[in-house]
Amino acid sequence: MAIKTYLLICGGTACASNRGTELYEALQRELEAQGVASEAQVVRTGCFGFCEKGPIVKVLPDETFYVCVKPEDAKEIVAEHVIKGRPVQRLLYDKSQSQVNAKLEDIGFYQKQFRIVLRNCGVINPEKIDEYIARDGYAALAKALTEMTPDDIIAEVKKAGIRGRGGAGFPTWMKWNFTKQAPGDEKYIVCNADEGDPGAYMDRSTIEGDPHSILEAMAIAGRAVGASHGVIYIRAEYPLAIAHLETALKQAREYGLLGKDILGTGFDFDIELRLGAGAFVCGEETALLASTMGKRGMPIPRPPFPAVSGLWAKPTVINNVETWANIPVIILKGGEWFSKIGTEKSTGTKVFALTGKINNSGLIEVPMGITLREIIYDIGGGIRGGKKFKAVQTGGPSGGVITADYLDVPIDYEHLQALGSIMGSGGMIVMDEDDCMVDVARFYQEFCVDESCGKCAPCRIGTRTLLTLLEKIAYGKGELDDIKKIEHVGRAMQKAALCGLGQTAPNPVLSTLRYFRDEYLEHINDKKCRAGKCKNLVAYAIDPAKCKGCTACARKCPAGAITGEVKKPHAIDPAKCIKCGVCMSTCKFGAVLRK
Amino acid sequence: MSETNESTAAAPAMQMPPELLDYINEWKTRPGNLIMVLHRVQEHYGYVPREVAFQVADILGIPLAKVYGVLTFYHYFKLKKPGKFKIAVCLGTACYLKGGGDLLAELESQLGVGVNQVTPDGLFSIEAVRCVGCCGLAPVLSVNGTVHGSLKKADIADIVQHYREQGVAEG
Repeated sequence: MAIKTYLLICGGTACASNRGTELYEALQRELEAQGVASEAQVVRTGCFGFCEKGPIVKVLPDETFYVCVKPEDAKEIVAEHVIKGRPVQRLLYDKSQSQVNAKLEDIGFYQKQFRIVLRNCGVINPEKIDEYIARDGYAALAKALTEMTPDDIIAEVKKAGIRGRGGAGFPTWMKWNFTKQAPGDEKYIVCNADEGDPGAYMDRSTIEGDPHSILEAMAIAGRAVGASHGVIYIRAEYPLAIAHLETALKQAREYGLLGKDILGTGFDFDIELRLGAGAFVCGEETALLASTMGKRGMPIPRPPFPAVSGLWAKPTVINNVETWANIPVIILKGGEWFSKIGTEKSTGTKVFALTGKINNSGLIEVPMGITLREIIYDIGGGIRGGKKFKAVQTGGPSGGVITADYLDVPIDYEHLQALGSIMGSGGMIVMDEDDCMVDVARFYQEFCVDESCGKCAPCRIGTRTLLTLLEKIAYGKGELDDIKKIEHVGRAMQKAALCGLGQTAPNPVLSTLRYFRDEYLEHINDKKCRAGKCKNLVAYAIDPAKCKGCTACARKCPAGAITGEVKKPHAIDPAKCIKCGVCMSTCKFGAVLRK
Repeated sequence: MSETNESTAAAPAMQMPPELLDYINEWKTRPGNLIMVLHRVQEHYGYVPREVAFQVADILGIPLAKVYGVLTFYHYFKLKKPGKFKIAVCLGTACYLKGGGDLLAELESQLGVGVNQVTPDGLFSIEAVRCVGCCGLAPVLSVNGTVHGSLKKADIADIVQHYREQGVAEG
């Protein structure tokens, strides 16, 4: 009997680790047990993006979208939906909907999204090349090889106006053109999959869900610039993505889509994998190349740019995963089609990892020019727990914060830069009133101290100096002069550091200072942290009027700092208190106060 | 001579298995092979033992100082044998904001050892890592690669207990 129903289950890291693998097995077991294994099939796909509600199961052909599915639900899904055709209401996203189908498009999370990069994520089985081909996969490569000259390809990318998605936003066609024009017989195509920004996982999900799109794009670029070797530099911390790439490479070679004489056109191109080893600086292109060549990942001054002297001192194109994933679509649908999406200077879409204090965290792809308000409230479903929005951080350790005043600014390269942040790779971390801006700046600075390669003094000494000053402020020892020092050191780093890491390392602190100066001043002048994150500046006390003497806090206190008789107001001994806040979260009467 | 040179004394003690040697020999002639070889070594032993680093330097013809230069530059490479259960607490931004630091502190107090240390019984080691890419489940920690998400401080005891029992059962 033919397959009538497909159960697509997210095989991305987040869902898989949330008992998704167990669910996959349970669904298969149930299909067998209930005798419908020949009518229905379970397919493991890439990320649907709605990580908050994972694991996700989408049923085809009726497109029912199940969220938070547990292995225990497998039996009911098979019995009710697969056999009787009745969707399991309790697993639908919005249970209030009376309609039979809760489709993807009905869900607010997806309504403002536009998927180019993630076009195949959650749609195909990433481990099967045939499914990629069925969705026009490798058609762009065929077109590039048979109908286009290298100059045509570059012209199409230029028309599209796409800019590098990894950070600085350099026009992609220019990189390709420089490399094409650079003299040399041997050239290289490199994919930067060293996604080091803590709080971002766009590239990993793209590779896990659609590895062939990267291979195809790199081959197209190889054709455009005259390269026959490609290298994908990927984080060793992403085992699933690496496994999917290895499978994809093997299949593409078997199908003659990589290797010698591709599609009989005489064009040779092959790709190898190189693993990163956990160094944020390797996202910088010259450091990445050093690491690819087996060395310490330390940047070198540019020029010469990699387009002239890159891998093994040969002309090299380096683009990041998201940029690559756009290329096949641009070639197939045309640069003009692409250029109409987004804004004039920032065309296309951007994938963001929306995380932090937001209701619907997950992976989203939106047209450039969308406002932050639409992202946070329409897609993200607002702030978790009804708290007040404070800021969103973009660009990770190289970026800055955007405050409530700028919720309606369109998100594109220019506007973000004007606000003192950057597009970066696409981390978007939402913060609420419980987050302290001094603490956030300290967190990023600590990261930069860890990740500075130590080669140039402005970064090596500058990051450490900034961290020391921030710690001083967070511990309540700050002086007004410290703010001046931070700004002075930060500006010097922006001008003098060797590479992008050092130049942008002061961004989080300078940006928080710009928008939340009053918070810094509070820490310094009043020795107060309004969010309660800086423990040295916090004191807990019990309001005797509200305390019922239930003893719950005293029993929970790990330091034994709370004393008091039953049914009488308790008190906290400040000398013993370690400021962990357990008493405050334990108290049912709101009697514990934080000052 | 009463003093023995540590390297020559220790070198014969650790024989690399044939499949590992095959891999190294396969990569030997390829340029820029060091990081790939060290990954394979760590995959096999769980860390890069000193004796093996010496042998890798020998086989690849790379000065030992360069091998250690690379090993100590990258966070991913470990020079000490980790515990049977490697617990990695995520301190990426999303996890940090949602209390990853509290999880780490709780874990340290439960196990009695700090970051990058191994418990005396060899069962557990603790690492702090930057983003395992499950920000939707923040805060998370992973045990030998298995991710536990949406955790609260109170969940730590159960997780430790679960793996301790498993460790004891497996001997």
